[in-house]
Amino acid sequence: MPTPYGNRAEAGPPGLAPKLLAFCEELRSEGVAVGTSEILDAFAALEKVPWTDPDDFRETLAATIAKSQEDRRVFELIFDRFFFRAAEAEAVQRGIGEQGQRFEGGDRLDLEGLREAVRQAIVAGNDGEMRDLARLAISAFGRRGEGSGVVGVDVQRIRRTLGLTTGAQPPTEEGEEQPRIDRADLTRFERMLRRELERGLIERTQALPPSRPLAELDRALPSSPSQDLAAVHRAVTRLKRRLATLGHEQRGRRRSRVVDVRRTMRASLETGGVPLRLRYRPKRPRRPEIYVLCDVSTSVTSASVFFLSVLHALHDSFRKLRSFVFIERISEVTEVFEDERDFRAIAQRISSEGGVADVSGYTDYGRVWLEFLTEIADELDPRSTVIVLGDARTNGREPHAEVFARISERAGRLFWLNPEPKLYWNYGDSVMAAYERYCDGAFECWTTKHLEQFVNIVAGGAPAEA
Amino acid sequence: MAASAEPPAAAGAPGSVAEVREALARVDYLADEPAALVSFLSQRLDKPVLVEGPAGVGKTELAKALSRATGRELIRLQCYEGLDEAKALYEWNYRKQLLRIQAGGEAGWEEVHGDIFDREFLLTRPLMQAIASPDPVVLLIDEIDKTDQEFEAMLLELLSDFQITIPELGRIEAQTMPIVVLTSNNVRELTEALKRRCLYLWLDYPTVEREMEIVRLHAPDLPEHLARRLVEVIQMVRELDLKKPPSIAESIDWARTLLLMGAEDIDQDVFEQSISIIVKHRTDIDLVSERVGVKLADPLRQQG
Repeated sequence: MPTPYGNRAEAGPPGLAPKLLAFCEELRSEGVAVGTSEILDAFAALEKVPWTDPDDFRETLAATIAKSQEDRRVFELIFDRFFFRAAEAEAVQRGIGEQGQRFEGGDRLDLEGLREAVRQAIVAGNDGEMRDLARLAISAFGRRGEGSGVVGVDVQRIRRTLGLTTGAQPPTEEGEEQPRIDRADLTRFERMLRRELERGLIERTQALPPSRPLAELDRALPSSPSQDLAAVHRAVTRLKRRLATLGHEQRGRRRSRVVDVRRTMRASLETGGVPLRLRYRPKRPRRPEIYVLCDVSTSVTSASVFFLSVLHALHDSFRKLRSFVFIERISEVTEVFEDERDFRAIAQRISSEGGVADVSGYTDYGRVWLEFLTEIADELDPRSTVIVLGDARTNGREPHAEVFARISERAGRLFWLNPEPKLYWNYGDSVMAAYERYCDGAFECWTTKHLEQFVNIVAGGAPAEA
Repeated sequence: MAASAEPPAAAGAPGSVAEVREALARVDYLADEPAALVSFLSQRLDKPVLVEGPAGVGKTELAKALSRATGRELIRLQCYEGLDEAKALYEWNYRKQLLRIQAGGEAGWEEVHGDIFDREFLLTRPLMQAIASPDPVVLLIDEIDKTDQEFEAMLLELLSDFQITIPELGRIEAQTMPIVVLTSNNVRELTEALKRRCLYLWLDYPTVEREMEIVRLHAPDLPEHLARRLVEVIQMVRELDLKKPPSIAESIDWARTLLLMGAEDIDQDVFEQSISIIVKHRTDIDLVSERVGVKLADPLRQQG
């Protein structure tokens, strides 16, 4: 039955099983690999657990379905959204509402009192109270007639009206100090607000708003230095391990091994001189020498923070690594990374003394290649790997692809990581195609997954498994 | 599937999640809700558990506690790079086989052949032991992420069907269902196939309240205010970007150290003296004393 706001909310077939299947379907659409065997497990597990307890129910599903921390994060987001929507759809269908008594009492509290109450509830982390206060706030807000109709906008407006901020709180009028409010806690309150607003909206319109895929931002690369440096470090630590265990993996494959005669004879003594066991020469893992060139111009601002953190993590793991940053000119920053451990200090030192001659702020790739060739290229040999981090946007300047080709000839391997999705390559002033010809591989790199795929390739392993 | 025919081992399985949590608490392991639930499920469904999380949050300890709580023997397979079937599953005792052949003298090949591939000549390794044991056991496969993918693939048969195939002997099936716990420090991504066969449990650093309980359980003489202070400092330290953040075991060690030192409060002096208990890298120690040490009360200033 259509309503003016779209199709009337349908609860779908009754019963738990179809709901669970729909839930798994939604997880799949967000990229969580849920197999049939996992669904079967979930059902088997639910037989053993009283699923009247919401926590047990959620944990049981999570243990059988979400098999990594990242999956678990997506699981939590989808779980909340899915069952909230399912419950609301059911309520609409059965005509259950609380229109009359909804959001009452908002007029009894003044804004000041409400603000204090919310603050206390947030600090105490009391979910029930936060929800009640969120309703009160919405009611008080609605009375002032400022609703925009867009949930996200309203949430932020209410937050601002209440004067809620993260970090240190201003002291009370009596001059008492107030405890700090964490980002995470405030987000929880915002989520309550959002949920209550949505619930009101669904009740009013009798229709579910279309469900959007999770924001890409939620899972894309960390874009601010403090945000998730640790995630990048983890990826790079894995890279380091892959490089370290490379030789061993090849040993397992038993390919082109050389018999170590001396050790075989020695081992045969155990078995009365019969060489029952062949001993092989161990394979030495490849120890790459890495040169990283990182574009830090404005066109890649958000990406370059990420790339710098990649560099930072690489430096922690590899001894034979030299790094360079460039905009118009190139400048070596290996020492900066060796001296400093703190990422923020590194970022600062690079911008202050990097000497990248940031006159116009526009990248000049051609000039960068020329400088790299004259100054450093002599040291390149077939064992070295060059990695370029940049968007190949030349701002209309001469790309000097032939110089790039000469660098490529000298280096053993040359990779390009582009922070833009492949779709945008060669659009506008991007000259990716001119360079790509000379690369051993050019990859888009804007999620940790991309980074890991690339890691597998540098490590000389099989071309990344997706 | 398991639901259709109730396997015999499930007879002694616990009835509820709360029961598991109590059993674990009796052997000094304070499990949080997810950990208790997954332990319960693994016993009821006979599925292996994959436990992931940062180092030192009690992943291995969970398996040990399960073994104590259920009264089963713990069989542990410590994984490392280059671990192979011979070390994990079984190996033919070829010296003994050689002896048998030499001692056999005139016996025909047929006879000897049947003989030397007998159980008598089989050296059982942890996985084989767990399968062949007549009593139910807890099998701990520790740090599975340290091995290579080939080894993981080899585990699949064991984990899904609880059986091992030996070419010369045929299939050996588990006589009783072991509780299998795999731990991983997330050094590398495990294969989908392995994950698919396991229940998943992510263990993280505990909350302040829970860590306090744990610390007080293991250092009962520690006064409550000191325990709280200790846990708060530990949590502060964990928030820094350290090479190796302090684990729960280190909190407990620190608590015991404070008891030995007879410390009344954690001030800068006490902290400086005992910092090496919780942080174990030179650079980490510098970072911690710089960031956390200064926040603590200065004993001199306090007196003055």
